[in-house]
Amino acid sequence: MDRSSKWLDVFIYTALFLFSLSTVLPFIYITIVSFTEPHEFISTPVMLFPKTWSLASYRYIMSNNSFMNSFFITALLTIVGTVGALLVTSGLAYGLSRKRLKGRNFILTSILFTMLFNPGIMPNYLLIRNLGLLNSFWALVLPGLATAFYVLLMKSFFQDVPAELEESGKMDGCSDVGIFFRIILPISLPVIAAFSLFYGVAYWNTYFNGVLYINKDTLRPLQVVLQQMLAASAAPPDEASGIVIPAETVKMAAVVLAAVPIVMVYPFLQKYFVKGLTLGSVKG
Amino acid sequence: MTLWLRGWGTALRRDKYLYLLMMPGLLFFLIFKYGPMWGLSLAFQNYSPFLGFWKSEWVGFKYFSDFLTNPDFFKLLRNTLAISFLNILFFFPAPIILALMLNEVRRVRFKKFVQTAIYLPHFVSWVVIAGICFILLSKSSGIVNGLIVDAGGTKIDFLTNANTFWLLLTSQSIWKDAGYGTIIFLAALTSINPEQYEAAQIDGASRWNQLIHITLPGIKSTIVVLLILRLGTVMDVGFEQVYLMSSAPVESIGDVFDTYAYRVGVQQGRFSFAVAAGMFKSIVGFIMVVAANRIAKKMGEEGVY
Repeated sequence: MDRSSKWLDVFIYTALFLFSLSTVLPFIYITIVSFTEPHEFISTPVMLFPKTWSLASYRYIMSNNSFMNSFFITALLTIVGTVGALLVTSGLAYGLSRKRLKGRNFILTSILFTMLFNPGIMPNYLLIRNLGLLNSFWALVLPGLATAFYVLLMKSFFQDVPAELEESGKMDGCSDVGIFFRIILPISLPVIAAFSLFYGVAYWNTYFNGVLYINKDTLRPLQVVLQQMLAASAAPPDEASGIVIPAETVKMAAVVLAAVPIVMVYPFLQKYFVKGLTLGSVKG
Repeated sequence: MTLWLRGWGTALRRDKYLYLLMMPGLLFFLIFKYGPMWGLSLAFQNYSPFLGFWKSEWVGFKYFSDFLTNPDFFKLLRNTLAISFLNILFFFPAPIILALMLNEVRRVRFKKFVQTAIYLPHFVSWVVIAGICFILLSKSSGIVNGLIVDAGGTKIDFLTNANTFWLLLTSQSIWKDAGYGTIIFLAALTSINPEQYEAAQIDGASRWNQLIHITLPGIKSTIVVLLILRLGTVMDVGFEQVYLMSSAPVESIGDVFDTYAYRVGVQQGRFSFAVAAGMFKSIVGFIMVVAANRIAKKMGEEGVY
């Protein structure tokens, strides 16, 4: 290797390392500070490592009913939504992957059209209103049950499943539903894992639908409550102890709790989602 | 007609279970994607929620001309286009550059670390991202300004400075999604035949020459398709991002079509006007995407449909 090549490597490794640090350090910093003794943060806001560790901010958050309530609402939303979305999306995608299906092209075109033309916020809002879903859990679940792009990606995956598998199922007397659940889905587990992550993340991060459709304290999703906490300038005094908890560390603890499930799950699914995303999308 | 019906009859009987599997998905698209299209008719009505759809008066294009002659219109158009073009200029090339650099990395563990790290912010919500930005960049207690002061500098107003608000949005987009965007380019890079590199090395081509003559041409079509599609979506700037980062000092610079439609429609209850404003954006967006796809095809690329 010649000298300029070596310098090029030094540059590339340094640049990539710095960019990686920039994406990871803010999360690490906020996590560390959220465990700081709250008063220490007031006196020395610029610090990288606390002298006194403390769970005070977390205790404060956990005793906050609206935060905990929204946390459970969102957990439920994520589970119900992800399972539902996988069933809806994979069923539709499997049907569309069978070339013999009558009406296939019409349905594909109709789905594609929804990717190109979005009527906008108001018509969506009015639909949910007219369906009588405002202020209901289902207003958060139903609009996210399928994403056109994911239907098309999954369809191209099912298309590549060898036809012999379907035929052998038919010989054993399976119906299409049986083939789908007993043969196709089990061999597609890596792809299902990828799409669970995509849908799960989308449901966990539900924010705007919560702002738009929910106007009831008990149903507000986590991200909406988090946003309200972040926007509040200072936390009210803690009545039990009379201590004023500084807002910043409480905010950080809330951010950590809202991000933790994703940060924990995503590295395990990484190899699958890369596969899921590049399905049939590489051209040239 | 009877033949057509009979054709469908056989197909439905033969594939009844397939159609059954697809039913929830078909209903979903019918209700939640095509259902709202009906709401677009409100743009042509003087809609009153009390009178309802059937009794409200039809007014033709009144709300469109109201919107297009409204002084807000140019502000919205300018803001939307400015944010979009800054994104195309800086955010679009970022994943390509990152992917090209990653492609040069030979240490597998380092590469894995970088990839895991840079994909991460994509999966976190805009609320969390905005929250992190407010905490880190705040003028009074943010650590970034704290470090600047410690280093002898003066505090910088990152968050509410109207002059740099657009750049703040672009930097944020790069930070959140540039890493994730590398996936598609890395996939394109793996499809380049390694023999080309071997041949070039034998001919004594430097790494720079290999980049210019093999790597870039190898991913050119992916870049072109994505760029054209990006140009097709100039009317769409991330709604949640803009909405969350906006504050009173930057409102005149941060208001875009979607945030405007939300404010006027849902918050002020001016339904018809808001539908017209949103619809203007959707129609222009639709024309842009279709045109962009056609250009991609004219250039001999596959396009998206």
